[in-house]
Amino acid sequence: MKKSAFLVPVACAVAIGVAGPLMGNYMSDFVVKIMILSIFALSLELLVGMTGLVSLGHAAFYGIGAYVTVLASGSEGGNFALLLPLAMGAAALYALFVGALSLRTRGVYFIMVTLAFAQMAFFVFHDTKVGGGSDGIYMYVRPAIGALDLENRTVLFYVVLASLVFTYGLLALIRRSRFGAALAGIRVNEQRMRAAGFAVYGYKLAAFVLAGALAGLAGFLLASRDGVVNPELMAWHNSGEVLLMVILGGLGHLRGAVIGAIAFTLLKEIFSTHAVMGPLADHWQLTLGIAIIVFVALLPKGLIGLVQRLSPKGAA
Amino acid sequence: MDFGTFLVQCLNSVQYGLLLFLVASGLTLIFGIMGVINLAHGSFYMIGAYMAFALAPLFGDQFLLMLVAGVVLAAIFGYLLEWAFFSYLYQRDHLQQVLMTYGLILVFEELRSILVGNDVHGVKVPAWLDGSFALGSVMSYPWYRLFASAACIVLAVGLYWVVNRTRLGMMIRAGASNRDMVRGLGIDVKRLYRIVFAAGVALAALAGMIAAPMSSVYPNMGASVLIICFVLVVIGGIGSITGALLASLLVGFVDTFGKVFFADLSGIGIYLLMAIVLIWKPEGLMGRRS
Repeated sequence: MKKSAFLVPVACAVAIGVAGPLMGNYMSDFVVKIMILSIFALSLELLVGMTGLVSLGHAAFYGIGAYVTVLASGSEGGNFALLLPLAMGAAALYALFVGALSLRTRGVYFIMVTLAFAQMAFFVFHDTKVGGGSDGIYMYVRPAIGALDLENRTVLFYVVLASLVFTYGLLALIRRSRFGAALAGIRVNEQRMRAAGFAVYGYKLAAFVLAGALAGLAGFLLASRDGVVNPELMAWHNSGEVLLMVILGGLGHLRGAVIGAIAFTLLKEIFSTHAVMGPLADHWQLTLGIAIIVFVALLPKGLIGLVQRLSPKGAA
Repeated sequence: MDFGTFLVQCLNSVQYGLLLFLVASGLTLIFGIMGVINLAHGSFYMIGAYMAFALAPLFGDQFLLMLVAGVVLAAIFGYLLEWAFFSYLYQRDHLQQVLMTYGLILVFEELRSILVGNDVHGVKVPAWLDGSFALGSVMSYPWYRLFASAACIVLAVGLYWVVNRTRLGMMIRAGASNRDMVRGLGIDVKRLYRIVFAAGVALAALAGMIAAPMSSVYPNMGASVLIICFVLVVIGGIGSITGALLASLLVGFVDTFGKVFFADLSGIGIYLLMAIVLIWKPEGLMGRRS
């Protein structure tokens, strides 16, 4: 294991932590948004990059985490230490249900089933009054425990940063663990792993549930930041976007997911800014769509692949 | 629920199911033959519906002529799209196909919003199909819906005939089971693919045109039909046209009666159906275990 693999992410986290107080409101808000999306993308990287399971319904767990946070916090606001496990637990529970069923299928059918189950979650919140229907619901008071009040922007910033470091660290540990090795084996050759006596289904399900829980963490943070949730969080565009982040950054690398989240958010921001794009900014979906097609066509290995191609010496 | 209402709902279910089958058969053709997972298939349905909205005033009561014109336009569009875009996707893995066709959806949706805006539109039923068919005092049923069902049945039978009884169908079936073999036999696979793709697009667009006078024409209609088609394919089983038909009718019934009995939760009915099928038969009703 090379030292840089450990040093670079830590240095980045420290740099963000130090720079945090120096940022203006817009900037710090933007960074928080990127960090939340990074956690979301990392959780999907566990499935797509590490296990080889292409899920197109990951937004469901993100949305459930966010909804549970708002629903459970009530009008007086909720206890941070209670809401966070609740949000992650609910997302994990739905992931257990979806995973148990969808992992019985393979390949393209897995993609379709995960997408369909995410739509199911979308409709539950969109069509019923549980979560305020298509308008969504507001959170009146943000989660807090003692001084750790997410109403406070600085606290929110560091809680999100800590969550990102936790997620990244956890996944880095998993990659090096026996469990991670088994997942990698499943990705490369599932038949062989089964022949070698591994309970492949169990491993995949465990990865699916863990990924769901981590997406729930991202959802919890998002709800705490925005103070509002709506069914659009679970819409399949969101699942497509997070999958794109993972690919855009570079599949099979943890930093790829983070780089992808940063690049995608910046891209979207640029495409919808009038100062840069002029009147085309109103049609940012068009430019984004074309950009997606071009990116996937030219960079099948993502931005990390681009860096490696430009500097063969730096190839990791 | 009295008998008449029940009958009407049954007819609605069949009609909706057949319409879904039309879209899903195009999706299955494209996926089965070319191995491309095409998220943009729903967009072809949407394009068809908007085409009906644009063409209907030009053709007036010549509704059938309008359908023919629309199908021709859609097939040309599909042919060009395959040539310009999809022919490059075959060598790519599924993940990249998912993303690129996802990008394509964004492009289609935004172009639609630029061209016709985001309003919900209606399409008028042609005069000769206006009104209802009355069965004594038991029930009355709109002529147009009967026409839609009949048109779908004709198309389904035609599709079955082409796939199972013609030389083109033979090549299609051979292409679905062994691509390299077909190429080895000296069949122009490139052209075959282009034709199949154009046909898939035309089928989806036709479904959209037929649906337009019944359901309104609205943004996102492509996405919703696409996801229902995915559910269908999962329920029906891999690559089985019979399975797709069975699943379409089943989904038609579950969705229609779900709306009658559980207005609030009707959206999730078909997903529950999918979950049950997955527990019972993960390979789908008519699928073969891989």
